[in-house]
Amino acid sequence: MKLVRDTWLIFCRQMLLVVRTPIRLVIGFAQPIAYLILFAPLLKSALAPLGATTYADAYRIYVPGLLVILLMLGSFFAGFSLLAELREGVIERARVTPVSRFALLFGRALSEVVTLLGQAVVITLVAIPLGLRVSIGPLLLAYVLLVLIGLVGATVSYAVALSVKNPAALGPLINVVQQPLSLLSGVLLPLALAPAWLVTVAKVNPFYWATNGTRDLFDGNIGGSGVWQGFSLMAVLFALTTWWAITRFNHQLR
Amino acid sequence: MIETRGLKKSFPAGKSGTVEAVRGVDLNVAEGVIFGFLGPNGAGKTTTLRILTTLIDPDAGEATIAGVDVFRDPGGVRKVCGYVAQGGGTSGQVSAREELVLQARLYGSGKAEARERTDAVIEAFELTEFADRQCRTYSGGQRRRVDIALGVIHRPKVLFLDEPTVGLDPQSRARLWDEVRRLRDEERMTVFLTTHYLDEADALCDRVSIIDHGEIVAEGTPLELKRDIAGDVVTLGVNGSAAAAADLLGGSSFVRRLETSKKGLLLYVDDASVAIPQILRVLDGSGIVFDGMELNRPTLDDVFLTKTGRLIRES
Repeated sequence: MKLVRDTWLIFCRQMLLVVRTPIRLVIGFAQPIAYLILFAPLLKSALAPLGATTYADAYRIYVPGLLVILLMLGSFFAGFSLLAELREGVIERARVTPVSRFALLFGRALSEVVTLLGQAVVITLVAIPLGLRVSIGPLLLAYVLLVLIGLVGATVSYAVALSVKNPAALGPLINVVQQPLSLLSGVLLPLALAPAWLVTVAKVNPFYWATNGTRDLFDGNIGGSGVWQGFSLMAVLFALTTWWAITRFNHQLR
Repeated sequence: MIETRGLKKSFPAGKSGTVEAVRGVDLNVAEGVIFGFLGPNGAGKTTTLRILTTLIDPDAGEATIAGVDVFRDPGGVRKVCGYVAQGGGTSGQVSAREELVLQARLYGSGKAEARERTDAVIEAFELTEFADRQCRTYSGGQRRRVDIALGVIHRPKVLFLDEPTVGLDPQSRARLWDEVRRLRDEERMTVFLTTHYLDEADALCDRVSIIDHGEIVAEGTPLELKRDIAGDVVTLGVNGSAAAAADLLGGSSFVRRLETSKKGLLLYVDDASVAIPQILRVLDGSGIVFDGMELNRPTLDDVFLTKTGRLIRES
């Protein structure tokens, strides 16, 4: 109970910071919307081999990928805010209180992910007039999967940030990790278009499975194998990365 | 209120092994005093403070605060302690009021209670004028007062302040000293502060421990510490009759040592407030005319110099 209350307190505080820094939100929206409007129209012909004959088909394949990339990459940068708050002394101030240490980390991760999810909802809404068709039940389930993806990204980012401790080193490191991960998850174009060896490599990337799951849900295919595979992989991964981040946090800071 | 025995902590330092930041610190701080932990930068003050506030584990030693074992029950210690870090800990984009409410809630208060306590400290620390503005707009002195208000929002028994007046202008500094005294006098709080300012330890603290290279080299009230090393020096301007005055005063029990110099007669005494009336009584009616009397008390600078062989500024 205390854990839930503490997490909620930290979450609310972090959301307050998000609201007070609107520029972060604007930048967060700008890129995905640009992709949606400037890049997606190229897709109808590019995706034709997958049976995309209309814009609706193209968006059904493209939008889930865009959302996965938004949650995954966005949350990878969570470590930067953690380092900034460590420098400000805000976290130390909280650590001398009896607040749960797990809540200090998890409340922060949640606020990062909820912010990104908000952006994901806006992008979905923008995509509907452009031709996206999706039903509400699977869509909500897809959002849950996206939240899991985001939590994995944020906790990994915290663990790495607490290990390197230097924002100048964290940036390049995140780039090195996120690039192959996003290319090998087929977020921009489905890996169904890829040669067999690339697909084989992609299969070791958990985000590949999560992307497939999200696409299945946008197709309305709740029973699709991608869905349970994506969910279970992300849930296991989430447990592991949270444990890693908490261990780092306790080790570095206690 | 605070007791420690044999606190030790070393940190890894590059390839060349470790740095022993704290090597066996014993402290005994009574309830309701302002305790000063004085020492140069790098002496081990902050490390000791962070051990006592559960932020780091010591390598060895024991500590209790308000009867709670710091290492067996860190959660219990967190409830009875307040801590204000050297750099403070507020976010620029939120207001002091928001920070205070959050801090009270982190200590377990419900919403209504948190708001009540926030109102109370805002009034006590006179933050009303700026409490609803974002923290990034505050002056150094304002921010410091908010930091301390955050440290006492849960009415702790012990407040730890790490270098509370670094970087403050003289007015803000004096004001902060007043706040600290108020916490002792009105809230019955025990205040443990670190400082490398000798005048701060002297003016503000009831008791002082001097730490150097991770070890305590002296402990006492500022007055005792100063008296221990030198006593006071009374200089009598007795031009011409210095020798006669020296004869008269030389045998007196309250004069520890006496010297003649260009300025006159130097009398080393234990306590000038006791000695000066006696000096006057001895000289009275002796026909010796003196044209001035000057009192020099040793500073904590002198104490530090005697105990460590260095001036604190040089370390």
